[in-house]
Amino acid sequence: MSQRLFVKGNEAVAMAAIEAGCRYYFGYPITPQSDIPEYLSRELPKLNGEFIQAESEVGAINMLLGASATGVRAMTSSSSPGISLKQEGISYMAGSELPGVIVNISRSGPGLGGIDASQADYWQSVKGGGHGGYHIIVLAPASVQEMYDLTMLAFDLADIYRTPVMVLADSVVGQMKEALVPNPRPETTLPEKDWVVRGRKEGTEQKIVKSLFLGDGELEAHNWKLHGKYDVMREKECRQELFMTEDAQLIVTAFGSVARIAKTAILTAREAGMKVGLLRPITLFPFPTQAYRDVTGQCKKILDIELNNGQMVEDVRLSVARDAEVHFYGRPPGAGSLPVPEELFEQIKKYY
Amino acid sequence: MRYDLFITGFGGQGVLLAGNLLSYAAIIEGKNVSFLPAYGVEKRGGAAMCTVVIADGEVGSPVIGRPSTCVYLNQTSLDRYGAKVKDGGVAIINSSLVDDSGWSRDDLDVIRIPMNRIAMDLGDARMVNMVAAGAYAAKSGSVALESLEQALKSVLPERNHRFIPANMQAIRAGAGAVQG
Repeated sequence: MSQRLFVKGNEAVAMAAIEAGCRYYFGYPITPQSDIPEYLSRELPKLNGEFIQAESEVGAINMLLGASATGVRAMTSSSSPGISLKQEGISYMAGSELPGVIVNISRSGPGLGGIDASQADYWQSVKGGGHGGYHIIVLAPASVQEMYDLTMLAFDLADIYRTPVMVLADSVVGQMKEALVPNPRPETTLPEKDWVVRGRKEGTEQKIVKSLFLGDGELEAHNWKLHGKYDVMREKECRQELFMTEDAQLIVTAFGSVARIAKTAILTAREAGMKVGLLRPITLFPFPTQAYRDVTGQCKKILDIELNNGQMVEDVRLSVARDAEVHFYGRPPGAGSLPVPEELFEQIKKYY
Repeated sequence: MRYDLFITGFGGQGVLLAGNLLSYAAIIEGKNVSFLPAYGVEKRGGAAMCTVVIADGEVGSPVIGRPSTCVYLNQTSLDRYGAKVKDGGVAIINSSLVDDSGWSRDDLDVIRIPMNRIAMDLGDARMVNMVAAGAYAAKSGSVALESLEQALKSVLPERNHRFIPANMQAIRAGAGAVQG
């Protein structure tokens, strides 16, 4: 086992990117994710990589598109308002089937909002934040170790499915320091990148990376192809954590930072003799629908907790068994709005 | 075992370094730790705070509503967060800067340590955070002083390693103030 380090979540993202072989980063500073570009601006040049502080978020996402089209591993990161600016580029990448990793250490909104921890970008992330009806894979880490492991995974999933992949976290997970075991990049067999555009020898086939399809029926076929991939992701890539769900009479569901807070509230409930468990989705798209169906075969009460006014709860309602009741408790983000375990325990008691 | 700690003072007192150091010492001891700094519009002289959770098992929530121990390094901290300590918990107060005579929490174990004076007697008022870290380590038993010494080597940049002996003196003085 490698030595345990003690690092910030944001640094773990940057370290994982380097270990995953990412040598190209494009970004524009914004709180609370600036540790990521800070780390990479220092480390990438030492590895003959390229760090570019772009003129804007729009510039950065289009640099990611361009770099990715040549077949290299590349990433960008930002926070909510900056991620909004990147949506056009993400849609183009999804349409062009380009891999690439986008990290959103989200903050509160709408608009400029504030810098506090928020999960109000759930809809934007999982429902296709840009135009055109696409999905990207969305991973939701809840610890510094997962910031590392899921960033590593993001690069592989991006290459396997030729899709942008987003790591969605907030300042609790990004700014928190915890122990980290910086695992080496796992060996995986990835599809050959035979589609890349990096100059062509005469006589070889021309490669085109594009999202424009004007021929009769061409675009419809392209959309069916993309959505076929989403079905494969739904079947193969759902990930979730189940904690004390076997005998539960109430299952709390939450993702990312607030799932951590909920876990402590669940342990308090267990000490009080209440049978409470946790279902934490790790992939937000694909959403682990089957896991919800499975747990609600036995447990008929779900309490969904989010740092927003209720977004994931819609997917939870679509996923549970028909006779299960779904309750919601949310704290829209802002200074002083981060719930504490005691508060979530009160909610557990209310719905148990 | 499980420990949770909230340290608060003003920016520049080294609140975050103290939290970092205690966390790192626990990592060295093979424990699990979360170190959560308050993340806002921070500046020198403004409020600074952090929450540290040390556990043998899984940490769970890095956010603690009512910490079992709070360390108050200045008056504003106590005035603002005095109610935060868990019932029956521990309050460690920097009595050089904090007057708690108007504070009524009879349920607490209150430890008053003149941290600025101790740090100044040892040669540098800036070591007030080390006195606080030593006091917490001794009171809670969460980490050994030797681990703090090891942790200093990791937490401080190389150029500041020459200050480690003085910082250790401050840590021991803080620990001594609890026991004495």
